[in-house]
Amino acid sequence: MSVPTRPGGTAPPLPPLPLPRSPGGGGRQGRSPKKKRVNESISTWRLTDRIGYVMMWAAGLLLCAIGIGILAYMAFKGVQYLRPQLVLSSPTADVDQSASGGFLDPLLGTILITLIGIVIATPIAIFAATWIVEYGRPTWLARLIDSGIEIIAGTPDIVIALFGLVLFQQGIFGWMSFTAAGGAVFGRSFLTAGAMMSLIALPMVFAATREGLQSIPLHIREASYALGKTKAATIRRVLLPSVKANISTGAALGMGRIAGDTAIIVVLLGASLTLDPEGNVPGLNVLKGTGGTLTSYVYNNSPAGEGNAPQKAYAAAFVLLLIVLALNFAVDLIARSGAKTGLETSRLGAR
Amino acid sequence: MIDPHEKTARPARTTDEPANGKMPPPIRRITLDSQPTVALPPSQDAVAIANTSDRSLAAAGRPTRGVAGPERMTISDLSVYYGDNHAVKNVSLPIRQGEVLALIGPSGCGKTTLLRTLNRLTELTGSARREGLITLDGTDIDSLEVTEHRRRVSMVFQQPNPFPMSVFDNVAYALREQGSKRPKKKVLEPYVVDALQRAGLYDEVSSNLDHPALRLSGGQQQRLCIARALAARPEVLLMDEPCSALDPKSTNVIEELIVELRKELAIVIVTHNLQQAYRVGDHVAFMYLGDLVEYGPTDELFDNPKAARTRDYIGGAFG
Amino acid sequence: MLHRLREPWTDRRAGLMLGALACSVLAVIVFMLVFIAIKAWPSFAHNGLSWFSSKGVADQQLDAMVNSGANPSGADYELGAWPLIYATLLTTFFATFFGLIFSLLSAIFIVEFAPEPIRRVIVPVVRLLAAVPSVIYGLIGILVLAPFIGNSVITADQKSSVQFVIPLSGTGLGVAIAVLTVMITPIMIAITVDGLHSIPRAWKEGALALGVNRWRAMWTVTVRAARPAIIAGAVLATARALGEAIMISMVAGSKGFSPNPLDGFTFFFEPVRTLAATVVEDAESINAPAMQASLYAMALVLLIGAFFLSLGSWIAKQPLKKYGTRS
Repeated sequence: MSVPTRPGGTAPPLPPLPLPRSPGGGGRQGRSPKKKRVNESISTWRLTDRIGYVMMWAAGLLLCAIGIGILAYMAFKGVQYLRPQLVLSSPTADVDQSASGGFLDPLLGTILITLIGIVIATPIAIFAATWIVEYGRPTWLARLIDSGIEIIAGTPDIVIALFGLVLFQQGIFGWMSFTAAGGAVFGRSFLTAGAMMSLIALPMVFAATREGLQSIPLHIREASYALGKTKAATIRRVLLPSVKANISTGAALGMGRIAGDTAIIVVLLGASLTLDPEGNVPGLNVLKGTGGTLTSYVYNNSPAGEGNAPQKAYAAAFVLLLIVLALNFAVDLIARSGAKTGLETSRLGAR
Repeated sequence: MIDPHEKTARPARTTDEPANGKMPPPIRRITLDSQPTVALPPSQDAVAIANTSDRSLAAAGRPTRGVAGPERMTISDLSVYYGDNHAVKNVSLPIRQGEVLALIGPSGCGKTTLLRTLNRLTELTGSARREGLITLDGTDIDSLEVTEHRRRVSMVFQQPNPFPMSVFDNVAYALREQGSKRPKKKVLEPYVVDALQRAGLYDEVSSNLDHPALRLSGGQQQRLCIARALAARPEVLLMDEPCSALDPKSTNVIEELIVELRKELAIVIVTHNLQQAYRVGDHVAFMYLGDLVEYGPTDELFDNPKAARTRDYIGGAFG
Repeated sequence: MLHRLREPWTDRRAGLMLGALACSVLAVIVFMLVFIAIKAWPSFAHNGLSWFSSKGVADQQLDAMVNSGANPSGADYELGAWPLIYATLLTTFFATFFGLIFSLLSAIFIVEFAPEPIRRVIVPVVRLLAAVPSVIYGLIGILVLAPFIGNSVITADQKSSVQFVIPLSGTGLGVAIAVLTVMITPIMIAITVDGLHSIPRAWKEGALALGVNRWRAMWTVTVRAARPAIIAGAVLATARALGEAIMISMVAGSKGFSPNPLDGFTFFFEPVRTLAATVVEDAESINAPAMQASLYAMALVLLIGAFFLSLGSWIAKQPLKKYGTRS
């Protein structure tokens, strides 16, 4: 392979393109003093570049301002209106909402629905992710399931809520909620809402687990097979324990999303003020009954709902915000303490 | 089994006094000022011609050297610090048009840092500091706008890094983005073709200039990067181990290209490969741990190195 | 094939079990589509294609459904959902448009140009904003932004100009777009920043070494190569904007009204209600069959819309693969 030379004789030299040359004449000829990094000035840039640069700075600073503003405002109003008895007492059905009762029931409702949702979602997500990463044959099926979970992630929560309603109003699911005398299944309960909430959290746990499993290098699996372990045992004893941090991160993110969801609560949980148990079995009756969460409580007490008690709305919103932020902070803690290969929870951290 | 009480044990291994003068050089006991511990190998090309079965080298004999032209860049007393680490220590070198300056030295000796300082890429690292003077055609480079400077001093990297665009867009990139107006494709085409010809790639891609650049072979990608660097007519071309990621055939092609290009440009090439430095370099600068140990014409430096360290390095005692 | 027969029984059992569970995910999607379509059918059957048009005041039609009771006649199913669809399209389009610009500039700022102290603030702020529930955004919108707009921004002239058609309070299209933009921006920023970080540094260095300034190098090389990630982020954000129900129902004025672009700036102050918001607000009367069919019909439209978004993003990414951009 030889270098192709210029054909024929040398072509006449091309005129130089009119590129800007800075008038660099008369530069310093002497020694330059000890210098830190020289910043480029933007005065030589094109006009569009300069406009873009300024807009970028504006966007960045605006983002900071809005973010800090929202968080500070909610904190300020929350601290202003939050009283201990609000957290500790149940709501009362009173005409004058602003002086009556607290939001203990909705708080319990939030905790309950989050637990149910994540408990259902996590095993399914782990199994699905494990199958996709470790087995994954036939390939078209794996890709289909991947897309399927993406579709679920992109489905509006209101659509999932309506789906839950029509699904759990079928007769076979009568055990999950209240069934009227004529056979009509109510379809709204903590169990049904929790089941649909699991769909909300599923994509997050799935994605985190899959990332974790994919980042385990092949030689770890090979070492386990070389020792004579079956694939199932390898998964159970070697792979899954090492992605515990990823799973926890995904679960925390999923829980945050469940705790903040309102539409499913309004449709599938009844969004009542208090927990209304259903049936006689203690414990199960709460699960079969309806209730509300902090999100529906805030919605109802805002000018958009019936309550019109903005102070309580602020207080409940503040507590909700604290719960959600605590869950996200837990994600950071898990990431730092269980930092395994490939665990990337802070998607914005500079690398 | 060796009886520990046996007095006639094997002779203790002293490596300073070889029994027959043919022991391999001790890797671990190099000190900076030691006498050369290997016999100086006979003149390079005599060995090459005698031992090689490659007819082309034997037939070619010594490579032809370039004729030095005006001095394009001057490095005076340059020191580069990364934080507290003194990476380059008081180096002074001339860079002349018409010839190739080869920087050689073991890993970590500062040659890549020196190269990257020449087009101010070290400024991308926050902790980097520079002292001393570098001039381009007589002008202190700190007084130039950095983008202006980099247009005149182009760089080709170790790993070929063509952009994820077509071949045409890659070569035309510098021309499009540097001006204040975006030139039309028709206007750019002759310049792109010219750059590809000078880089020796045109014949292979002329059928489809819209071919995705990432689908070229490694050697072709590197030549594309060279074409890209040449498109804006730089005055100095910096090459950071351009052939280390390529197979020998592509390496050969690019070396012949460098020899062609040196007529119109000043070329500085950093290389790990001493044979490559011998083949393409007209002047060689040997660096060790940040110091410039020796600088001189290639044939002189390889035949009669003046410093002990140079002799050791070229002879293969360390590196 | 033979080696499959020699797989340990536990492995095959595990593989089948896990595979079946994974397939259940697909089953959920299929069931979702089927069940919602079945429930939505009566509404489409009675309206035909005119379901998508504007046939009078949508709110009145919905009220009639609530009142129609357990045995509605055919006429009770009447619905021309265009005002709701129009509102959905408007809010989604504007929020995505502004959000894309805002988030792209912010992402570039975070990745390349922000000084370290600012970056240390802005990164956690974006993460926290992404976690804030939509009901809290709605709360701030309705208790802070809407009164501000209603009292200080809308002029009396503007109110009187449309007073015979619709009363203007602070809540309306503008507040909805503003809050929706802020809601979807953090997601887009996170995905875009991820995408920008995954571009090899060698390309950026190569561009800088050619004498291109940092801004140009960022746009023409890094952002260009990260286009698949940017599209993915935009699609995710658009899907979120499309399905946002609670926040919209709190701040958009809650009237099934079609804003008139010819009104000028007042266009942004007129109240609207999107499909998702309608479903949430009328969910309490979902037992009335006419209402039920209508709401499920709206849900079906939203579901198919979200599905087409995913499809569209896949299509949009195909030509980008030719030159080797990362996806």
